[in-house]
Amino acid sequence: MLNRQGRPTDVGEPVEAIPETFTGNRALIIEEPLIFESGRPEVTGVDLPEAPKVAHRLGGLVRSGPIGLPGLSEPEAMRHYVRLSQKNFGIDSGMFPLGSCTMKHNPRLGEKMARLAGFADIHPLQPLSTVPGALDLMERLAQALIELTGMAAVTLTPKAGAHGELCGMMAIKAALQARGEGHRTVVLVPNSAHGTNPATAALLGFQVSPLAARDDGTVDPADVLDQLTPDVAAIMLTNPNTCGLFERDVVRIAELIHQAGGLVYADGANFNAIVGKVRPGDLGVDAMHINLHKTFSTPHGGGGPGAGPVVLSEALAPFAPVPFLRREGGRLILVEHDFGEGVSPFGRMAAFHGQMGMFVRALAYILSHGADGLRQASEDAVLSANYIKASLADVMSLPFPDRPAMHEVLFDDSWLEDTGVTTLDVAKVLIDEGFHPMTVYFPLVVHGAMLIEPTESESKASLDLFIATMRDIAMSVRRGDIARFAGAPHFAPRRRLDETRAARTPVLRWTKPVAE
Amino acid sequence: MPNTHYTKEHEWVRLEGDTALVGITDYAQTQLGDVVYVELPAIGTTLDKGEEAAVVESVKAASEVYAPVAGEVVAVNDRLVEAPGIVNEDSEGRGWFLKLKLNDPAALESLMTAEQYKLYIETIS
Repeated sequence: MLNRQGRPTDVGEPVEAIPETFTGNRALIIEEPLIFESGRPEVTGVDLPEAPKVAHRLGGLVRSGPIGLPGLSEPEAMRHYVRLSQKNFGIDSGMFPLGSCTMKHNPRLGEKMARLAGFADIHPLQPLSTVPGALDLMERLAQALIELTGMAAVTLTPKAGAHGELCGMMAIKAALQARGEGHRTVVLVPNSAHGTNPATAALLGFQVSPLAARDDGTVDPADVLDQLTPDVAAIMLTNPNTCGLFERDVVRIAELIHQAGGLVYADGANFNAIVGKVRPGDLGVDAMHINLHKTFSTPHGGGGPGAGPVVLSEALAPFAPVPFLRREGGRLILVEHDFGEGVSPFGRMAAFHGQMGMFVRALAYILSHGADGLRQASEDAVLSANYIKASLADVMSLPFPDRPAMHEVLFDDSWLEDTGVTTLDVAKVLIDEGFHPMTVYFPLVVHGAMLIEPTESESKASLDLFIATMRDIAMSVRRGDIARFAGAPHFAPRRRLDETRAARTPVLRWTKPVAE
Repeated sequence: MPNTHYTKEHEWVRLEGDTALVGITDYAQTQLGDVVYVELPAIGTTLDKGEEAAVVESVKAASEVYAPVAGEVVAVNDRLVEAPGIVNEDSEGRGWFLKLKLNDPAALESLMTAEQYKLYIETIS
């Protein structure tokens, strides 16, 4: 058929095989070379006046030739980065159920607030008298974190979760040394802990003593008691743990540790499951880091950097690192010296006061949600995970079927046994289906782990689509119809990568191809 | 092999005179998947039984290799550093990790035989 302008209106005969394109591009999916391959050193996008000749004292260190940076015009540079960004999958593009990472929506309000000039355009070396608003925001955030955790104090300076762990364990070490108990050198770490926990303890010279979980996936106080020698400095407990289970004996475990003279470190990476429901201070915790950048928005891939403030108990508060906030004569100051009576900071974690942009986003998140909203976010995150668990329990396999999940649900790979399909294949097929894969092969305590964390951000419709997709994948496995798994993803800009070769012979540096 | 013994941590140890080769079992390499990195101890290191002797890292996980018995490291398999895939190809042969001079060769008797190890794997898998 032709329309009145003489243009064909029918779609033509469909073809079976999709033809290759001349450019390698596939409509909106455009191949993009490295900037070093497309740029030319002689090109520049800006017209600068010639630099004046100046005297220098570099002697033999002065550069003798061009350094070969790629030059591009402004539209070329623009297209390069826009095309790269179009290959990215983030929480703004679709569901990102990456367990343990809490890929929740990053509210635009927080982004707007963080860009306010009074927060974004200030410098850490400005006189304090010029930034009372920023200090006030930090004070309000500190108070909110103290209230939500039921702890005595908070240090805002650590820059990420693992940095916060290091800070908390350094406070524990300092407190033990101040008590004259430097002989305590053992740290108990459950096998299901985040890998950073034993790494942190080892970095500080502690000896890591692993704790196995009992059959239900949680730590047994009896096992803690067995290992509780006079050398134990602390336990590092993640709650909810990495299997997505609440450590229901945490209070008893903390009592045992305290009775033996040790301290309790809690990995707060999963605090998002219990905000507004449980206060870690009530559980007997002495130190816990909070991943501001996931619990209170801006997960990785969401744009922002990390921030890992650490809340501290009465026993550890005097050892918090500098700088810290103090109110003096009605105004806030950042204390670097003159700590005051009974305060002996163990040192400092960062050059300045911490990650200002994240402080703004976290406070915006806390204030805009309110107490009821924060509680509901935790409840909805747990509800979503349990909805997925209940909806997939009959087609996948659960290592801990009898315990309710918290904010994430853990499956193992026994449903894939003898099918020829692996956990990795399932993850890759999810890419074809338009989802970011779940976390795979972590935690290590479960074989072929698939850890799914939907977060409270997903609507029921979105959860239902994910569940229907997973059921469809499971049905393919059951039917033995496994063609979709081999070599998946089939529709991504790049097919499955050879991870083994990438790890064994990584190419870490671009070198100019030699002309043939 | 009659002179090879096994541990619950999936190391094998094979007596050759008063020294013994140590490596990880075929079951261990299967569970780990493609090995991409191996870290070996310095020659001359003395190890207690159960002490960390080496590190093996695969695409899926990193794991320690423990000394099955006490002894002194007298040789290491440097080839694994350049070609860690050998561990997958021949874990109980060319993929050996280190050679120990044993303090007490009789200590091997406390470890599992090939037959016992085979039964042990069946109970855990």
